[in-house]
Amino acid sequence: MADKIATREAYGKALVEFGAKYDFLVLDADLAEATKTCFFKKEYPDRFFDCGIAEGNMMSVAAGIAATGQTVFASSFAMFAAGRAFEQVRNSIGYPHLNVKIGATHAGITVGEDGATHQCNEDLATMRVIPGMTVLCPADAVEARAAVEAAINHDGPVYMRFGRAATPVLFDKDTYVFKIGKGIVMADGEDVTLVATGMMTAMALEAREMLKAEGIDAAVINLPTIKPIDAELLTEYARKTGCMVTAEEHNVIGGMGSAVCEVLAETCPVPTLRVGVEDKFGASGKVMEMMEVYGLTPANIAEKARQAVKLKRS
Amino acid sequence: MEQSRKNELRRIATTIRIGIIEEVYHAASGHPGGSLSMADIMTYLYFEKLNVDPHDPAMADRDRFVLSKGHTSPVLYATLAEKGFFPKEDLVTFRHKGSYLQGHPDMKGIPGVDMSSGSLGLGISSACGMALSAKYNKKDYRVYTVLGDGESEEGQVWEAAMFAAHYKLDNLCAVLDFNGLQIDGPIADVIGPAPFDEKFRAFGWNVIEIDAHDFDQIEAAFTAAEQCKGKPTLILAHSTKGKGVSYMENNCAWHGAAPKTEQYEIAIAELKAQLASI
Repeated sequence: MADKIATREAYGKALVEFGAKYDFLVLDADLAEATKTCFFKKEYPDRFFDCGIAEGNMMSVAAGIAATGQTVFASSFAMFAAGRAFEQVRNSIGYPHLNVKIGATHAGITVGEDGATHQCNEDLATMRVIPGMTVLCPADAVEARAAVEAAINHDGPVYMRFGRAATPVLFDKDTYVFKIGKGIVMADGEDVTLVATGMMTAMALEAREMLKAEGIDAAVINLPTIKPIDAELLTEYARKTGCMVTAEEHNVIGGMGSAVCEVLAETCPVPTLRVGVEDKFGASGKVMEMMEVYGLTPANIAEKARQAVKLKRS
Repeated sequence: MEQSRKNELRRIATTIRIGIIEEVYHAASGHPGGSLSMADIMTYLYFEKLNVDPHDPAMADRDRFVLSKGHTSPVLYATLAEKGFFPKEDLVTFRHKGSYLQGHPDMKGIPGVDMSSGSLGLGISSACGMALSAKYNKKDYRVYTVLGDGESEEGQVWEAAMFAAHYKLDNLCAVLDFNGLQIDGPIADVIGPAPFDEKFRAFGWNVIEIDAHDFDQIEAAFTAAEQCKGKPTLILAHSTKGKGVSYMENNCAWHGAAPKTEQYEIAIAELKAQLASI
C-alpha cells in the first residue's frame, strides 16, 4: 500500500493508453485539467472536444456521436454528470442504450475544500435507476484503468465514478482483470462481511485488521460494479457470515449499501448495516477531516461490524 | 420548381396530413398542431433531400434526421410510412399498447428514426453530435433537425447553438417551426423567445427565413444551407400551426389534443378535398 494515486489520474492515463488501441472520442465540459482528460487532449487533440460549461448539451452531443456508431467518453464532475445532466443521461443516452462512457470525477465528499455544492453523494443512486446503465466505482488506480477498458468493450452506456483524492493502490496491474458485474473477495472471513466500493475498500481492509485484534473474523468484498450487482457473491457471503456491513462514499440512501440490501432482502435477509454519508450535505474541509466528520473511517466500519455481529447473535 | 413536381409534393404532404389525423384520432391523443405545420418541410426533406433508403434504414452514410420537437412524432411517422419505412396501416396503432409507434420517437424500435427524442432541447444537441461525428470520420452526410419555437425556450437549445457554431458544423441544418403557439398560448405571451433570427445570427449561425408551406422557398432554403460553408444553418420557417385543417389552424388548443369522431370526419373530408383539388 505504498503508492497513492487518484482514480481520476488513472482514468486520464487510461484514456491515453487505450486511445492507441481503440477508436473513441473524448468530450469534456471545461474541466479537462481536473478530470484529467487533459492528458488525452494533449495526445490526441483531433479526438478531443471541449463542450464548454454546458454539461446537458455535452451528454446529448455524446449520444448523437454514439448514434452514428462512434464510441465516446463524456467527462465532468459527478455532480454535473449525474446531477445536472441526469435527464440528458437518461433520455439521450440511457433510453436508446448508446455507447457513451461517462467518466465522472470528483465524486463524494473527498472533493474536500470545494464543499457541499460540488460533493456529489447521490450519483450512484441517480445512475443506477436508469434502465440498462452499467455503474462502475473502482477502488484504486489499477481497477480504474481496467474499468476504462471494460467500459470500452461493453455494449451500452457506462457510468464510471472516480475520486479526486489520491488513494492507496490495492491491486497488481499485471494480474488484475475487470469483469463487469463481479465482486472481488479481498479477504475471507466467517463472522461478518464488509462490502466496500471505491476508496472505502482500502478502509474496509483496515477495519478488518482492527476487528481481527478483537477476535472478529471479517470477510472483505470489493464491489467495483454497482450495477449489475453481484447478487450471487453477496448472497453467498450473507449465508456464510450471517451479517453484513456496507461502506461507500455516498449517501446511505440509494447507493451501493441500498443495492446490497435490495439483493439480500430477496435472497438471504441478514442484519446489514450501512456506512456512508448519513443523508446530509457535505461541507468544506480537508479530505481526511471530512472523512472523519462523516464517519467514513475504518473505525466506523469496525464499529458497525461489531453491531452487526451483535444483531446476528441476538 | 416545376409545377408538376410541386403538385406531386403537395399530394404527398396532404397524404401525410391525413396520416397525422388518422394517428391522433385512433390514439385519442397526440399532437396534431405542430405536426400539420411541418408536413410540407418533412415532405421536401424525405422526398427530395435526404439520402435515405427505406429498405436499408441503417445505411451507413445516410443523411440523419432528428425530430428535436419529438412530440410531433405523428408527422415523422406519417412521412416515414409514406416513404416506405414501415406499413402505412400501422399508423393507426400509434400510442397503442404493444405498438412500436411510441408517443415520442424511439430509435431502437422504429425503422428510419435516427434518434430518440421528445424531451425538448435534447434533439438539437444530438444532431450536433452526429454532425461532429461525420466531420471527424470524414463522411459527407448531412444532419437535419426540426425544432419547435416553444422548444427554443429550453436553455439547451442555445448551448447546442453555441456548440454547432464553435465547431463550424456546416453539415448541420436546423429548421425552426415558427408557428407562434405553444401549450399555454402564444409564445410571445408565455415567455417571448423571439426574435429567433437575431439570436441565431448572434450565436454564429447562417439564418434563412421562409414560408414553411411554400415548396419553392423550402427548396431554395435547403439548397442555400448546403452551400453555406463554415457555419450551421437555421431555416426559420414561418408556419401555420394546424395547417390544412380549418378549425385547427392557429389554435393552440390543438397543440396536444385529438379530434373527436365528428371533428375527425371534418378534418379528413377537408384534406381529401384538398387532395382532389391539386
